Amino acid sequence: MGFPNPSIGGSAVQGALGPGEHGSAPARGAGRVRGRYLTRIAWWLVFIIGVLYFFIPLYGTLDFSLKSKPFLSAYTAILNDSQFVSTLTYSFVAGILTIIVSVLIIVPTAFWVRLKYPGLRPIIEFITLLPFVIPPIILVFGLDNTYGTQPLALTNSDNGLNVLLVAAYVILSFPYMYRAVDTGLRAIDIQSLTEASQSLGAGWIRILWQVILPNLRTSLLSGAFLTLAIVVGEFTIATFLSRPAFAPFLGLVGDERPYEQAALALVSFGITWVAMILIAIIGRNSRSRIRVTVG
Amino acid sequence: MTNAALPLSAPGTPSARPVRRRIGWGWLGIVPFLLFAFLFLIAPTAYLVVGSFQNAKGALTLENFQQLFSPAIIATYGNSIEISLVTALAGGIFGFLLAYAVISGGLPGILRSALMTFSGVASNFAGVPLALAFIFTLGRVGLFTIFMRTVLGVDLYAGDFSLYTKLGLEIVYLYFQFPLMILIIAPAIDGLKKDWREAAENMGASSFQYWRHVALPILMPSLLGTMILLFGNSFGAQATAYQLTGGFIDIVTIAISRQMRGDVLYDPNLGYALAMGMVVIMAISITAYSLLQRRSERWLK
Repeated sequence: MGFPNPSIGGSAVQGALGPGEHGSAPARGAGRVRGRYLTRIAWWLVFIIGVLYFFIPLYGTLDFSLKSKPFLSAYTAILNDSQFVSTLTYSFVAGILTIIVSVLIIVPTAFWVRLKYPGLRPIIEFITLLPFVIPPIILVFGLDNTYGTQPLALTNSDNGLNVLLVAAYVILSFPYMYRAVDTGLRAIDIQSLTEASQSLGAGWIRILWQVILPNLRTSLLSGAFLTLAIVVGEFTIATFLSRPAFAPFLGLVGDERPYEQAALALVSFGITWVAMILIAIIGRNSRSRIRVTVG
Repeated sequence: MTNAALPLSAPGTPSARPVRRRIGWGWLGIVPFLLFAFLFLIAPTAYLVVGSFQNAKGALTLENFQQLFSPAIIATYGNSIEISLVTALAGGIFGFLLAYAVISGGLPGILRSALMTFSGVASNFAGVPLALAFIFTLGRVGLFTIFMRTVLGVDLYAGDFSLYTKLGLEIVYLYFQFPLMILIIAPAIDGLKKDWREAAENMGASSFQYWRHVALPILMPSLLGTMILLFGNSFGAQATAYQLTGGFIDIVTIAISRQMRGDVLYDPNLGYALAMGMVVIMAISITAYSLLQRRSERWLK
C-alpha cells in the first residue's frame, strides 16, 4: 500500500499546484521509496512478533497435549469422558437459551426505540453498556446476594440457579446484541416496512416476527455466535453459581490429568475460533443480502 | 422500578397519544427490557450499594469505606491498577503498531482480514483456557521455558521470574489486550485520510513531522480512549488470574472472590464496599472512554 501512494498523490496534487511545482518530485521520490522499503520491513517485523505471540502459547498447549502416550490418547480420553460431554452440552444449552431470551428482549426494544421513541435511545444504550461497568464478578456477587434470601430465593434449587445463570448471561449479551440489532435496523428502512405491513393488516407481533426479524438475520447471527462463544467460555458466574458448565470443568480437570486439560483448552479455543469465523463469513455476505431485501 | 420508569416514559407519551389507535399496546415492547435489566442488573448492583453502607447489623455506616483505605486493601487496588495500566499501555502501543502495520504498512491485504478474525478470537480468549495455554508455554516445564533452557541456555526461572506473579499475569493479559486494541483502533486508522499525508509531504513535512503534527493529534482521542477501555478490561478480569494463580494473587477481583467464598476475615459488607470501589473505577474509565470516543468522531468520519 505504501509504495504506489506517492505517485498517485503526486499526480493528484499536481493539478492543484500547477505544472511548475513538479520538477523536483522524482529525485525526492526516489529517496522516499527507499525509506518506505525500510519502514515496510519494520512493519513486517511487528507483524511477525505479533504472530509469534499469538501462536506460541497455542503451539505450547498442542505440544503438551500430544505428549500423552499412546498418541492422541488425551483426545480420545476427553471424548469418552462423560463429564466433558455433559458440561459442554450444559454450556451450549445455556448459550442457546441466552440467545433466545436476549433476542426476544432486544429486538422489540431496539425496533421500538428506533421507530417511535428515539428520545429513549441514550437511556437504553446506557443500560446495555452497564455490563462493561459491572464486571461478571460483581454481577454474580450481587445476584447471589439479592436472590439468596427468602422472598426471592433462587439460589436454593438447581432450577433457580439455572435461571440466574441464563439471566446473567443475557445481561452480558446485551452490549453485543443491542449493537448488532441496532446496526442491522439502521441498514433497513423500518419505517416503510412497518407502514407497508400495517397497510396490509399485520399486527405488531406479525410485523416483528415476519418482517423485521428475517431482515435482521445477519446481525442476529453474528450477535448470536458472539454470545455463544462468550457463554461457553464463561468461568466466573458459572463457578460462583456452582453450575456444571464447561469452563469450571476445564479449570478443575487439574493436576491428575494435565494432558487432557491441554486438549480441552484447545477444544475451547477451537469453539471460539469457529464462532468468530462464522461471524466473519456472515459479515461478508451480509451487504449483498441486505441490498436484495431492501431493493 | 416505578421511579425509574416514570422519567423514561415522560418524553414519549405526548407524541404517542395522537397515534394511540395505531400503536395499540406496542410500547409494551420496551417493558420486558427495562424489567429484565432492573431485576438482573440494577437491583443486584443496588443491593451491593446499599450493603456497602451498612454494618453487619444493618445500621447505616461509612465504616466499610474507611476500611477500603487500610494499607492491605490499598495494596490490593494498587496491584490491580498497576497490572491494568501496564497491560493497557503495552497492549495499546503494540496493538496500534500491529493494526497500523496491516492497514497502512504495505503488508499484503489478506493479512489484514486474517489479523482481524484472529483478534476477534484472541480478544475473547480469556479465562481458564488462556491461563492454561500460558502455563503449558511459560510455566516451569512449559514449551518456551524448556526451549530457552535447552537451546539457548537461558533459564527463565533462574532469577525472580515466575508466571504466577504480577509480571506473569501481565504477559498473559496482553494476549487479549492487544487484539482488543486492534479491533477498536482499526476504524480510526482507516479514517486517517491519505490526502492529509500527501498534503503534509507536498509541503515538505518529514514522516516524523507528519506523525507529530497531523496523525497523532487526530488519533490521540481514539488511542487514549481505547487504552482506557483496555484498562477497564483488565481491571475487571477475574477468571484468568484465578486459574493462573489458584486464587493467590492480590488483586481486587480475587479479593472479592475470597469474600464471596467466605474465606478468612469474612465480612460481606466490606466485600460490598470492595465491589463499589471497583464499580466506581470502572465507571470512570468507561465514561472517559465514551467522552474521548465522541471527541475522536469529529475528525474520523
